[in-house]
Formats: sequence, C-alpha cells, structure tokens
Amino acid sequence: MTRVRSVAARELRSYFNSTIAYVFLLVFVGAALFTVFNVKAFFARGQADLRPLFEAIPLLTLLLVPALTMRLWAEEAKTGTLELLLTFPARDGELVLGKFLASWALLAVGLLLTLPLAGAVAFLGALDWGPVVGGYLGALLLGAAYLAIGQFVSALTENQILAFILALVVCLTFYGMGTEVVVGLFSDRTAALLRALGTGSRFDSIARGVIDLRDLVYYLSLTGFFILLSIGALRARRWA
Amino acid sequence: MIELRELRKSYGKVEALRGISTSIERGEVVGLLGPNGAGKTTAMKILVGYLLPTSGAARVAGIDVVEDPLAVQRRIGYLPENAPLYGDMLVQEYLGFVGEMRGYAGPEARRRIVAAAGQCAIDDVLTRPIGQLSKGYRQRVGLAAAILHDPEILILDEPTNGLDPNQIVEVRELIRHMGKSKTVIVSTHILTEVEASCDRAVILIDGRIRADGSLDRLTHSRAQVVSLAADDPAAAADVLGRLPGVSRVERAGAEGDFAVYRLHLTGDHELGEPVFDAARQRGWRLRELRRDDKTLEQVFRELTESAEEVAA
Repeated sequence: MTRVRSVAARELRSYFNSTIAYVFLLVFVGAALFTVFNVKAFFARGQADLRPLFEAIPLLTLLLVPALTMRLWAEEAKTGTLELLLTFPARDGELVLGKFLASWALLAVGLLLTLPLAGAVAFLGALDWGPVVGGYLGALLLGAAYLAIGQFVSALTENQILAFILALVVCLTFYGMGTEVVVGLFSDRTAALLRALGTGSRFDSIARGVIDLRDLVYYLSLTGFFILLSIGALRARRWA
Repeated sequence: MIELRELRKSYGKVEALRGISTSIERGEVVGLLGPNGAGKTTAMKILVGYLLPTSGAARVAGIDVVEDPLAVQRRIGYLPENAPLYGDMLVQEYLGFVGEMRGYAGPEARRRIVAAAGQCAIDDVLTRPIGQLSKGYRQRVGLAAAILHDPEILILDEPTNGLDPNQIVEVRELIRHMGKSKTVIVSTHILTEVEASCDRAVILIDGRIRADGSLDRLTHSRAQVVSLAADDPAAAADVLGRLPGVSRVERAGAEGDFAVYRLHLTGDHELGEPVFDAARQRGWRLRELRRDDKTLEQVFRELTESAEEVAA
C-alpha cells in the first residue's frame, strides 16, 4: 500500500510540475461557473439548487478527463521511465491503482473548488443539501469511471495525442449510449440495455437528487473493469 | 547467482534470442558484448523481469524470474539503456521515490540516498531538476538509483553510451568499484570497455552466444612476437626455431634493421629468458618480446565475420 501511495504522490507532483493540473482546475471550475451562471440563467430560475451544475458535470468531466489521463502511461512509455516503474519490486496493480488515485484526487480537487457555489446558493436561499451531496458523490463516481477508461487507453500507446482522442471517443461512446437521441433509435429492450450501460443517463437521476444503489454499483464496476484492463495491458506489454 | 537456460525471445516473427544458456557466479563482472541488435538488451530486460521470455528459463539466486519477479527485482539493481529518468523531479525527490518503491522511509531512506549519492558523486546536484543535468550526471543519477537498495546484482545496459571520454572513465571506475562487492553485468558494444572493467566477456551475436569466457582465455594465443636486429636474419630465425618449445617460426615483417618474428609455441610456457640469452650470445639487438595476444577487438571481428559467412 505504501507503494500505491508513492506512485500516487509522484504522479500528483508531476501533474503540478507540468501546467496540466492548473489548466485543468482553471478550465473545470471556470466552465462550471460559466454554465451555472450564464447558460442556465441561474437567477431567472429562481430556485436555490445546484441542478445546473450537476447537469453540466457529465459532459465537463467527459471532455476534461482525457487531458488528465492521456499522459499516465503513454508518457512513461515514450520517455522510457516505464522500464524503471515496471522493474521496481511492485505489482502492476499497485502502479495502476496509484496512478488512478492521483488522477482521481485531482478531479476531486476540481469538484471541491466548485463547493463555494453551493455556499453561495445556500446563502441566497434555502438549499436542499441532500441532492448536492448526492450530486458530488455521483460526479466523483462518474469521473472515476472515465479516469479508469482514460488510463487504460493510455496504457495502449506511447502517443499522448492518440491516448487523448481515444479516451474521448470511448468515454463519449459510453456517455452517448444512454442519451435519448441514441436510445430512441432502438427497440424497447435494446433501449433499456443502452440506458443501463450509458454513463450519462444514470447521472441524470443523480443530478435530480435520486441516488440509486444500482447506479453506484454500475459506476464502481465500470471503474473496476477498466482498472483490471489497464493491469492486463501492462501484462501484455511484457509479452510483446 | 544467475543462470540462463535455453532462453528464447521472439518479437512477432523476429527472433531476438535464439536459445542462450550460461551461468554467472557471485562476484563476477561480466561484459555482455555484441553488435547492435544482437539481443543484449532483450536478455537484460528478461533478467530484470521487464519482458517475459518466449521459452527457456532465467534464474537469479535460484529464483525463476517468471515465477517470482518481485523477489528477483528486490535483488537486482537495473540501469536501462539511456538512463531514463523523470525529468521534472529534483534528483533527491527522485531518489526518495525510488527509496519508497523499494520500501525505505525516514532516516533509513535518507542514509541510503546519501550513501548512493556519495558513491556516484552526485552530492552536488541533489537539489537540481533532473531535466537540467548533463548526460554524465543523468547516468550517474540512474546508477545511484540502481544501487540504492545495495543489490547483490547490478545490471547496466550500455552505461557509457553517449558520454564524453572523461565521463566514460568515471563510470568505468564506478563499475570496477562496484564489481568488488557485487555481481555485475554490463552490456556494451565498445570493446575497450570490457577490457577496462570486466573479468569475463560473453559475446552475443544474432541472438546466440558465440563466445563466453574469461578475457584471458578469449584473447589468449600460443604465439610470441620477437623483434630484433641481427646480421643474418635468416640464421637468427633458425636459432629461434631451435629454442625449446617452439614449433614454427614465421617472419612477420621488418622495420628498418629490425626483423619481426612470430614464434608459434607448443605449450603455454614463457619464452623470455631463452630468447634473451640467445640474443646476448649472438650480439642481436633485441627490441621487443611479447606474447602475441589477440585483442578483444580481433576476437570480436573474427566472430562477427564468421557469423556473417554462416548467414550468407
């Protein structure tokens, strides 16, 4: 476990040593504020809740997460440091988990920075904190799934741009699957399946403040699945 | 300490290692020689558990690399080719990270970092970002990281590649120094490197071991070269040919008054004194008397050439 922590700490430091962390946080918080106050005509709605924020979060994380994950393995492969990492007496799982936790922590900081928004709303009116807590929890879990996907994709290539684009495509596919536009094209049974697999459709209910245990299980399994795939990708590299 | 048995590795259709077997004893300093693409790096990567062999086995201290890679990795210090490092970290941060990954914390970690940095002479750059260091320093930082856990075995992939002559000498000294207490494998395609720091050379060509032995044995030859000036060179050759243990005398050229003879011997004995006595009795002027050892370079070239003939 200390090795997981060491990897995570190194990864976080590297995020902040490059400008990625700052750009990510700035864009994330900026975009969140913009959508809430501008696009959604916050004051015109006259409701003291954070629904506009949580409606924006699925797409926002979708677009920004690949920027966090693209370098995770691709850069190590490109610069050769992968060889250092993989010849430490550490399990591949520890390395994958460490990197995952680092990227997750950065996302959590981004979410944390939008909290003053909740404070402001609570100041303006009677904020129902239940949906807010649920929304943040949901955002963390949704983000975890996207981060796991992104890390897996990054483990497949040493080209960061490719890793970014592929992660975006895969995340978008998971998101798009459950949207009404896509679901509408299919018969009832397929539609239900797609809605169940889509990452975005599940978040809708969370954004409304409804937390279903099945949704949480879904996000966690998706995350776990892609973390296992990342470990598999590292293993496959040794066979190459 | 290290044992390879019929080790093979293919990348798709390309066979990088075609069945290599050898064993290395504790405390040996082995130079892994070969032209580029001979499989040196592949062999090392398998030994440190970075790559899995296609077939065959590699054992370190009796532990199979495939079965228990972590146990092997704990015993090995490894410097990959070109010493890849995290350029954005400070040297001490990086060594701290390596220490953590190897399970050291607190004063123990600090003690080890100081010791390794001292051995590799990087004390003065501990607070500098790795990305700003010269190639020589980077190499030594990589080396310091590799010896942080005081491993029994050190595996260095082309540690002097890309260094300037002074840096090369420094790294060689380090290798020789570490060779006193550790088993070391160094790969290189620079032959003088092996002559300078190794006891034994393993020559790898085209995925196969073509020669394996102590440097003495590889370069040893049963011939002696004598260079002398005599009034009658032909008669001198005759006299040399009658010396005990000489099977044949060959005229190998002349430089001014001096004729050069190559004496082929029947055994391994030294011929210094008899030649010297003969010269004194007959008034020859003796200029050179030495064993006609092949340089490692000659051995290497002969082997590569014969490999090419086989291929053609």
